[in-house]
Amino acid sequence: MAKKMHETPLLDQLESGPWPSFVTGLKRLAKDNDMSVDLMGQLEASYRTKKGYWKGGTVGVFGYGGGVIPRFTELKENEKPVFPDAAEFHTLRVQPPAGMHYSSKLLRDLSNVWEKYGSGLIAFHGQSGDIMFQGVTTANVQPAFDEFNEMGFDLGGAGPALRTSMSCVGAARCEMSCYDEAKAMRTVINNNLDDMHRPALPYKFKFKFSGCPNDCVNAIQRSDMATIGTWRDNIQVNEKIAKEYMASHGMEKLMTDVIGLCPTKAITLKKIGEVSKAEGISSVAVDGTHAIQIENHSCVRCMHCLNVMPGALLPGKDRGVSIMVGGKGVLKIGATMGTMVIPFMKLDTDEDFEKLNELARNILDFFAENALEHERTGEMIDRIGLVNFLDGIGLEVDPNMILEPRNNPYVRMDGWDEEVEKWNERQAG
Amino acid sequence: MAEMRPPVESGIPDATPYMHPTMVKNYGKWVYHNHPKAGVLYHRAESGDEIWTVKAGTQRQMDVYTIRKLADIADEYADGYVRFTTRSNIEYMVTDGSKVEPLIKTLFENGFPVGGTANSVSMIAHTQGWLHCDIPGTDASGVVKALMDELYEEFINCEMPNRVKLSTSCCEINCGGQADIAIIVQHTKPPKINHDLVANVCERPSVVARCPVAAIRPALVNGKPSLEVDEKKCICCGACYPPCPPMQINDPEHSKIAIWVGGKNSNARSRPTFHKLVAAGLPNNVPRWPEVGEVVKKILNVYKADARPWERMADWIDRIGWPGFFEKTGLPFTKYHIDDWKGHRRTLNASAHIRF
Repeated sequence: MAKKMHETPLLDQLESGPWPSFVTGLKRLAKDNDMSVDLMGQLEASYRTKKGYWKGGTVGVFGYGGGVIPRFTELKENEKPVFPDAAEFHTLRVQPPAGMHYSSKLLRDLSNVWEKYGSGLIAFHGQSGDIMFQGVTTANVQPAFDEFNEMGFDLGGAGPALRTSMSCVGAARCEMSCYDEAKAMRTVINNNLDDMHRPALPYKFKFKFSGCPNDCVNAIQRSDMATIGTWRDNIQVNEKIAKEYMASHGMEKLMTDVIGLCPTKAITLKKIGEVSKAEGISSVAVDGTHAIQIENHSCVRCMHCLNVMPGALLPGKDRGVSIMVGGKGVLKIGATMGTMVIPFMKLDTDEDFEKLNELARNILDFFAENALEHERTGEMIDRIGLVNFLDGIGLEVDPNMILEPRNNPYVRMDGWDEEVEKWNERQAG
Repeated sequence: MAEMRPPVESGIPDATPYMHPTMVKNYGKWVYHNHPKAGVLYHRAESGDEIWTVKAGTQRQMDVYTIRKLADIADEYADGYVRFTTRSNIEYMVTDGSKVEPLIKTLFENGFPVGGTANSVSMIAHTQGWLHCDIPGTDASGVVKALMDELYEEFINCEMPNRVKLSTSCCEINCGGQADIAIIVQHTKPPKINHDLVANVCERPSVVARCPVAAIRPALVNGKPSLEVDEKKCICCGACYPPCPPMQINDPEHSKIAIWVGGKNSNARSRPTFHKLVAAGLPNNVPRWPEVGEVVKKILNVYKADARPWERMADWIDRIGWPGFFEKTGLPFTKYHIDDWKGHRRTLNASAHIRF
């Protein structure tokens, strides 16, 4: 039995209603966990005064410089914590299995460790993708970590460091998957753990891995280097499923939802006999008379028609990834999206994965050497320009990197002939 | 002192031992999916193997008893395997279609709503708030609980024109991320500075460097080295507060809540978009934030009634135009909606295109 609960009239109001209540969960923990009793006390105080009462500090595990989020209470009277059993309430960020898969045994094992050393409160997951084991004293940080580590789990990133990564469910359960997302993520992150565990970068650096342009882990907006699955040959078709779609949805839906919403008007309705046999065309009959025809050279791989007709239309066979660099949140220049820097690279063989790893290392190194303090990659590119960034990491320019060419003459162009030469050489090569 | 144990730098674990065996077997070989009903996905692999996924909402901040209950349900119905989505929903995979309905029933009976797939309002991506963050303007779990109670029917049903993703963030850093509807704290007054503490607590040059509008400068205040803020320049973003806690930005009254719409993560149809400001000045009204819920529901109701199939919030607004959005939702349009940040002229209407 734990100590007596504090009165929590405001939090109590979050127990009613149909959605699962974290307050009810905290109360369950508070039955035999003093830390949870006092956590509720402090949280209720926050609700009462509309103020937060945690401050950071320095807490870690032996051998690492990051991965623990220290929290000390600031709610004190006469220098003493008002809620002493939650005076230290640190979080361990732990990297989950790629794709966030768990066995029931693993969930129980993780829970048992956290019940033994911490508050018993766990978030699946934080916004960076960590399992967040919330609420532990400074003294218990090391033994809790040791047990997780013995189970095969490692701390994630915090501070100016390589951060914990995320990959979508991908190849494990999705027909849109264009590469092995988990393997790519583990290759890139697990080869660069020094930058995660010993924070020494200008600021945070995030990698994220989405299996297709639906970008279910939000890589373009939230990561410094986004790896997005794509393909460069023709969309694959399945006539049986296409006809099933047509039978259940009808011509109006096909015209409006599939053909009408294609952003580049790459899809047209044809009579079956009039379908083009040219290179770059996919087509599939949808009933006895009609077929849809897709001009793959106009398709931008947005995923819309594949989403509307799953299984009937599938990514091509020549799959790989696009790389985008510079996505980030608000601080300091405003949110920025990732910019296309590699339109396509294969990701099949071990050598391909090693190339991805080299690229990641190269970009990390360039960031480490050239970004200002507290500057994200996107801000650095904003400051130095994309061309200087490409120069720095050894990538050639490509028209897929822009929406439109410059519309002002304010640039010195006396290197024009050499640049044309380079372009011609690359085109010939 | 006892010898310290060096860490095993193992990084991200291989998921194979924790993945449903049917997913391991058919890894990279799925060819089809459909959506039998709200909260259920059906996938078929090249091999003919089938798997049904049942998705349920959780409170994200979970006690070990809740987690053990979820594990028990996995053992009973789903061969002992689960996965979590990026929005903290739990997914159970079953290879026997007849287990789907009993699993759904059990999840509901235990308080875990089944839904969040396809055209539903999914679980709100959220942050840490007063529970664990050092700089929060409000709570996160509480806001989400209150809102999801209000949006429960939209989670367990799939009646929206397309997916709706929501997020909340407890400060303007926006850890919750871009969303169809984002709920974000917006401070409205400059920081209140405790000049007695600044010199000891803050590395002053880096605080000066953090300010997006160069409104902070070093100063001697009452004979002490400190920092001062040009309040005419200050945009009240709170960027100075994390590196310098004596520059308190949070205020029980003046830290308000703003609503942003039209963020889209996916590349489907249009390129990804950032969310845009539509409402602000909402009070941080614990414990259930009713004013926020009212605006969110108003926007959702208009979107639900007016958008065409497959139009995300951003696609819909693209079609009807921003004047149409403000007219249909009844939300006021103010001078604060007109951007003046770097690159803002791109956001102005440089055409004669007007809808009447």
